[in-house]
Amino acid sequence: MKKPELLVTPTCLEDIKPLIDAGATAFIIGEETFGLRLAGEFDRTAVQKTVELSHEHGVKVYIAVNAIFHNDLLPKLPEYINFLHEIGVDSIVFGDPAVLMNVREVAPSMKLHWNTETTATNWYTANYWGRKGAKRAVLAREINMDSIIEIKEQAEVEIEVQVHGMTCMFQSKRTLIGNYMEFQGKDLKVEGRSKDRTLFLHDPERDSKYPIWEDANGTHIMSPKDICIIDELEDMIDAGVDSFKIDGILKSSDYIVKVTSLYREAIDLYVEDPDKYSELKDDFVEKIKAIQPPNRDLDTGFFFKESVY
Amino acid sequence: MEQIAMKTAEGKRVITKKPELLAPAGNLEKLKIAVHYGADAVFIGGQEFGLRSNADNFSIEEMAEGVQFANKYNARIYVTTNIFAHNENMDGLEEYLEALERVGVAGIIVADPMIIETCKRVAPKLEVHLSTQQSLSNWQAVKFWKEEGLERVVLAREVGLEEMLLMKKNVDIEIETFIHGAMCISYSGRCVLSNHMTARDSNRGGCCQSCRWDYYLYEENDQEVENGMTEMKMFEEDDAPFAMSPKDLNLIESIPKLIEAGIDSLKIEGRMKSIHYVATVVSVYRKIIDTYCDDPENFKIKQEWLDELAKCANRPTAPAFFENVPGYQEQLFRNHSQKTTHDFAGLVLDYDEETQIVTLQQRNHFRPGDEIEFFGPEINNFTQTVGTLWDEDGEEIDAARHPLQIVKFKVEKPVYRNNMMRKEAM
Repeated sequence: MKKPELLVTPTCLEDIKPLIDAGATAFIIGEETFGLRLAGEFDRTAVQKTVELSHEHGVKVYIAVNAIFHNDLLPKLPEYINFLHEIGVDSIVFGDPAVLMNVREVAPSMKLHWNTETTATNWYTANYWGRKGAKRAVLAREINMDSIIEIKEQAEVEIEVQVHGMTCMFQSKRTLIGNYMEFQGKDLKVEGRSKDRTLFLHDPERDSKYPIWEDANGTHIMSPKDICIIDELEDMIDAGVDSFKIDGILKSSDYIVKVTSLYREAIDLYVEDPDKYSELKDDFVEKIKAIQPPNRDLDTGFFFKESVY
Repeated sequence: MEQIAMKTAEGKRVITKKPELLAPAGNLEKLKIAVHYGADAVFIGGQEFGLRSNADNFSIEEMAEGVQFANKYNARIYVTTNIFAHNENMDGLEEYLEALERVGVAGIIVADPMIIETCKRVAPKLEVHLSTQQSLSNWQAVKFWKEEGLERVVLAREVGLEEMLLMKKNVDIEIETFIHGAMCISYSGRCVLSNHMTARDSNRGGCCQSCRWDYYLYEENDQEVENGMTEMKMFEEDDAPFAMSPKDLNLIESIPKLIEAGIDSLKIEGRMKSIHYVATVVSVYRKIIDTYCDDPENFKIKQEWLDELAKCANRPTAPAFFENVPGYQEQLFRNHSQKTTHDFAGLVLDYDEETQIVTLQQRNHFRPGDEIEFFGPEINNFTQTVGTLWDEDGEEIDAARHPLQIVKFKVEKPVYRNNMMRKEAM
């Protein structure tokens, strides 16, 4: 049975070695100018070092270039893509067709992963982006397990699924936190609005807390709970889903390393001894619950939830 | 860039490339009104594959009737098929697109490449327009869709005039942009608040508008702030809650710039809006576009146009991203009332020149003594007081209190079928 890749988003260069030791087989990193909602900021030196260190251990490095680009950023793309190509990154993650156009020009041999987050919802469109040059489609978090399995069965590209962590619910180009503070007459220079500030919106009606921050890409609002399906991996492994992603955004290095090693253990166990996995899978969940930050409950996202429209 | 103006023999500059005025319609009545009031094209939704699952939406037969009606006025009909489809939504798509082509729809507005490709294969006569759901924000992405064979792209709501100019300069494709109506505050297609909060899929038409709700902003701390709490309020008792509800878009004053930029289609949002809304907004923009194109050099925005638009607005309006990234002034805090200043009171069914009696279909309560206003494409707005009121059988009545009731009274100036009557809201 094929083992899926275990893809993790590290917060900094210092996370790389511990995460490799914990069993990660691929990383997504990048910088805020080009990539969306990264767990940490990796400048070019850090990207290069991550690539060197990871490749020594046979671990892959993908770079997030998945922002929604406006005209003003386009001139920076060819040079960045060329840099990534030269240092030998394993693929570029994109959502905006402008990145595809630039890669065709600058580095036609570069592998591409298609990731718009919310819009990868059917196998036909996954294959469409495959025909345009993508090697992989990253599925929307808002589809259920049956859809994922069906997409994998019909897909001509690799399929990546997020199995753990926070997901994005909303991105606006407007500076919504700053606007609110200005409306209240507060001094924006004093009041931070970045990820480090750990701001959240409280929704009293659902008693939910949604992390919120601002960066160069606008305002982001995140899910109130962390996906955790460490006990529901069988069907996707059986179906041959190619990559399981753990998103480490807004989590500590320590947490990400521990979660990675637990998923490593769970995947290996299922592949080697499915019965034993069935027996122990609740323990995996308990171990993750034990290290969950307060205020962040676990759930199964949309894997087993029906949406109406 | 293409030529958009010429000089007449007398040396007067006139615009030769008039942009299309594109209006929304939630049903057949609204479609007819939109065309009657001056829309060059109307976009409608079918019963599947489009967003706004709460709108009435059109059956194929109604679309056929709508197309036939529009054809008489040289107007075009586009159908929104802009969901991001899930696997199961592929069922029935081919037959649906074939039906749209068969009844003479001019084009479809699409977000999902699955629907784009299916359309090219089974219904090649339909034009394919890229929906704003793709949040198209740069000229290279525009070029990508041009190379994919699309006739037109609808830009992201976040694109300003400068950006549009560069797109027009670099890519030869039709560009459609929103000029009026309610807007997403997120990048369209990238918001799943509704999915999380109510299990309704925003990208398949289920959006419950969670962005219009109130929230409370806190900071999470490592250490206790007070009473064992680690959370700190970012607002005082009397402060407004955190809100992200945007004002509605209104580019009335920027229409000249859009025309000079060579934008191909100017789009009004609102398939859920009333015929009164559609009629008012379409007629105002019709006048502005025509007046500007006839004589751009002497063009001035008339106050009466601004006043007229305000009569159907149910939210304050703003120019959004047209010049800059909008600040707090373009959001609504503590503002949940959606009250219009005027109510749609009646639709003109008939007018008798001899007796000067109008026959109206009642759309809102009114009675003798009320000050009302008539408007329509054939007339200049006029106000009068309602005199004696009769029902369909000529019996005098003290008020028009039943929806769709047929009533009559004497008017001071001629009116025409499909003119509308409004009155100031209480």
